Amino acid sequence: MSIDLSTVRRIANLARIEVAEEELPPLATELNKILAFVEQLEAVNTDDVQPLTSVVDAQLPQRVDEVTDGGYPDRVLANAPHAEHGFFTVPKVIE
Amino acid sequence: MTALTDLTIVEARAGLTAGEFSARELTQAYIDAMTAARGLNAYIAETPDHALAQADAADQAIRAGTAGPLAGIPLGIKDLFCTEGVHSQASSKMLDGFKPAYESTVTSNLWRDGAVMLGKLSMDEFAMGSSNETSYAGAVINPWRAQGSDQNLVPGGSSGGSSAAVAAHIAAGATGTDTGGSIRQPAAFTGTVGIKPTYGRCSRWGIISYASSLDQAGPIARTVRDAALMLGSMAGYDPKDSTSINRPVPNYRAALTGDIRGLKVGIPKEYRPDTLPPEIQKLWDQGVAWLKDGGAEIREVSLPHTQYALATYYIVAPAEASSNLARYDGVRYGLRVNGSNLNDMYAKSRGAGFGGEVKRRILIGTYVLSAGYYDAYYLKAQKVRSLIARDFATAFQDVDVLLTPTAPSAAFAVGETTDPISMYLNDVFTVPASLAGLPAMSVPTGLSSTGLPLGLQLIGRVFDEETVLNVGSVIERAAKFTARPTSWWRA
Amino acid sequence: MAKLLQGATGDWEVVIGMEVHAQVVSKAKLFSGASTEFGAEPNAQVSLVDAAMPGMLPVINEECVRQAVRTGLAIGAAINLTSVFDRKNYFYADLPQGYQISQFKYPIVGEGEIVIDVDGENKTIGIERIHLEQDAGKSLHDQNPTLTYVDLNRSGVALMEIVSKPDLRSSEEAGAYLKKLRTILRYIGTCDGNMEEGSMRADVNVSVRRPGDPLGTRCEIKNVNSVRFVQQAVEVEARRQIDIIEDGGTIKQETRLFDPGRGETRSMRSKEEAHDYRYFPDPDLLPLTLTQAWVDDLNAHLPELPDAKRNRLIEDLGLPAYNAAVLTAEKESADYYETLLAAVAKATGKPVKDFATATSNWVMSDYFGALNKAGKDVTNSPVTIDNAAKLQKLLIDGVISGRIAKDVFEIMFETGGDPELIVEEKGLKQVSDTGAIEAAIDAIMAANADKVAEYRSGKDKLFGFFVGQVMKQTQGKANPGVVNDLLKAKLAG
Ligand SMILES: [Mg+2]
Ligand SMILES: [Zn+2]
Repeated sequence: MSIDLSTVRRIANLARIEVAEEELPPLATELNKILAFVEQLEAVNTDDVQPLTSVVDAQLPQRVDEVTDGGYPDRVLANAPHAEHGFFTVPKVIE
Repeated sequence: MTALTDLTIVEARAGLTAGEFSARELTQAYIDAMTAARGLNAYIAETPDHALAQADAADQAIRAGTAGPLAGIPLGIKDLFCTEGVHSQASSKMLDGFKPAYESTVTSNLWRDGAVMLGKLSMDEFAMGSSNETSYAGAVINPWRAQGSDQNLVPGGSSGGSSAAVAAHIAAGATGTDTGGSIRQPAAFTGTVGIKPTYGRCSRWGIISYASSLDQAGPIARTVRDAALMLGSMAGYDPKDSTSINRPVPNYRAALTGDIRGLKVGIPKEYRPDTLPPEIQKLWDQGVAWLKDGGAEIREVSLPHTQYALATYYIVAPAEASSNLARYDGVRYGLRVNGSNLNDMYAKSRGAGFGGEVKRRILIGTYVLSAGYYDAYYLKAQKVRSLIARDFATAFQDVDVLLTPTAPSAAFAVGETTDPISMYLNDVFTVPASLAGLPAMSVPTGLSSTGLPLGLQLIGRVFDEETVLNVGSVIERAAKFTARPTSWWRA
Repeated sequence: MAKLLQGATGDWEVVIGMEVHAQVVSKAKLFSGASTEFGAEPNAQVSLVDAAMPGMLPVINEECVRQAVRTGLAIGAAINLTSVFDRKNYFYADLPQGYQISQFKYPIVGEGEIVIDVDGENKTIGIERIHLEQDAGKSLHDQNPTLTYVDLNRSGVALMEIVSKPDLRSSEEAGAYLKKLRTILRYIGTCDGNMEEGSMRADVNVSVRRPGDPLGTRCEIKNVNSVRFVQQAVEVEARRQIDIIEDGGTIKQETRLFDPGRGETRSMRSKEEAHDYRYFPDPDLLPLTLTQAWVDDLNAHLPELPDAKRNRLIEDLGLPAYNAAVLTAEKESADYYETLLAAVAKATGKPVKDFATATSNWVMSDYFGALNKAGKDVTNSPVTIDNAAKLQKLLIDGVISGRIAKDVFEIMFETGGDPELIVEEKGLKQVSDTGAIEAAIDAIMAANADKVAEYRSGKDKLFGFFVGQVMKQTQGKANPGVVNDLLKAKLAG
């Protein structure tokens, strides 16, 4: 499988990374090299093999239902590039 | 008299306890050395005031007899660890100005035990790399140089700031993180000891995620004993990390008996590619001989899916990364580049904030998870990962520990490796243990023909860091690795 | 029987499936320890995990797991002892992680069913699955001319997404389904069902087809937050689709928004782009495993469900089906009725069955009627259970008549007073003393000798006139049974 420029454009959009038009061809070349490299896995027979879910043999721990966190909007907002009236802000969204 | 910065952690602790010098004096010596070594670019943020305050607290604790096992020991902290109120950017422009309102569990453990933070260490951006050339602050320079050369070499990656700092004696020890070899390969490139413990041994809480199912913290130090001491502090169960394992932390130093009689050491035949440089093969053979001398039994084992480990890794890790790094969107912290609408703001911020390698991996990860490709790439890789883990489980039915080279070469020149795949091949020996979640350590064992350090890797059973450390200490003693880089960087 | 919609070219069948997001009743969020309480200051109920700070990790809240399993059990669903949390990846202003932790391939609850009642007919609606997931934050678009504000208080609150099969065939069925689901959730206490506060939101999938044809292309109407709006949305959306197809067009699969003000659905701009959510198992979490013994224990302790309660009221207490249905439709009504029954039984020492129907009539007409009129409900009623029980006892013991009871209740409702005292003070006790009643009858017969004669000559209908006169004379306090008996005897001569 090899990816073309429109695929790179689509993935970049999915990943929300701006890529200039002239950067697309070299990027596609690099990505194709990497994909060609990882495609060697096709040679492995994985019939009847379960995908690995966790390297550690453990149960998912569950916590007790208690309010133990929050109540510090200042800490939450401390690093925000822009905040107003206690809210984070983004460019206006039209639903 | 030995410089204070030349003492190992164990020696420095003894000196502090005996009152031969104070933590403040020790810390000041490191601050001076750190300042004089800025040419190495190892530190991305220096915190001398913070360090001295912690040193004073350590001195008090030592006088009061309440000192922890690392009291007064000046450490460098990889920039991937969130440290409260201090630069924590994963060496990325994307996290521009980020100072967390919290402290990672691993660093909290170190401070609990009295350690001192000298500053934050540079790394490959978001821990993606094997040469520490992708930091927004530029490449970190290996203190080692080839004989008769003044060419700058890479310190390995992604914990390259950590390995360089420990090798240059501008930190007594350092924290690192390892996703596919990011502690072990830089340790090998700099003549230091680096151990990645079992997945789940150290809490990931507060460590900026790269690939969640692989990331593990561990120490880089000058000796196996120092590494054991640091790991003992860093490790432990953390209820805030669902993948952290609730089992007691053994006394790792007590495991260093040096007695390996009857121990079965496996030599995986698949770690012997035709392209392996003869000097690395020779070193490996030497390691086998040392362990035999120590009374260990050597057995050849087979890990048949080893050859697929790198390809597996370069699907799984980017896939997880593409999702883990989605939170960097210019809204709550870090870089924001304004755009005409929400998506434009996202794309511009992320386009400007992430470097080339990070973008490549995010894009690969996005692609392998995308509709129509998930089964062929991600699911397939997780199946092969099962086979790789099974290989190790089978081998460990016959042997107690595995011995392999750490890296396929010695440190290379800054700017020399530009092709991503060639860069990835650095991790060919370290990635398999990462995929299986096993503890693994690199120990310096000798010098290359050009005078650069080389390391051997020990891989242990799940949660058997003790055997890994003990066998490592035997190799360390036999190798008598005392070579040091000349202090060419001192101003 | 499916209700068909008429188009210009013939009949159409509407096919509806619903995905209901129900907020789990829990103190803390699904993966963080921040509070779930409604109405806090912006970003005050946000942990570092909810804000997706670098290096923060999720740890699951056991109560949310318990509630999801209880919900599954309440709809007779299969509980999956192993389920997996996946990441649903997409970028949005109110999604701080850049992904929602949800369950895609292996949900915690599998197939179940809900029985709805439309026009007295039962219909079983299949439930495809229930999964646990995180709620998103809230975007405020109208606070600033150029910016959208983001509040993460809701971010990470546990939701159950309850997915029905496309088994609904009309707006009435869709409404009945949502109501019934809400009733069940409130009975077992896994969701408060408060739709105004957004505790329940429905995504409604609507398509139309010719009866017997395969399924048509569907549109998803997002976040409809009341039963009425669900019904309206289905109607206008079905009509829109029929019009398009009949005009020779085709339906484009898309996400739409219902605008109750305009009574129309419109395409959502923010959802225009085709999504590729790139689901994969969340590597920060392990698979969630449950034991059958634990599930069985939860099942054993599940409270009585609405259908079971309704059947019991009919079968054991002899209630008319209509009364049983009305009283069990809301947990509060059923709880009130049953508490009152117990209190009346205690006060009168009589078996519940003796007065269950009479009390249900009183609750449904007098009591709920008064509450409705006053804009109140059982939670803030001025009449306590004790006083209501006393009133019932006064009736059952024949101390007051049904007519007087209405007057007494009116006073109770206004003043919150004790009916026994009211009856005492106002002298409203029923007169069963035959002497007093006989005297009244005699006086009335004497004053209306002509009518007595008419009655005696066969004009039976005048009996009512005499009853009325007696009641009037005794100010309604005469025991109607005694009046009847005495009048009959005396008029007979
Ligand atoms: Mg949905
Ligand atoms: Zn949902």
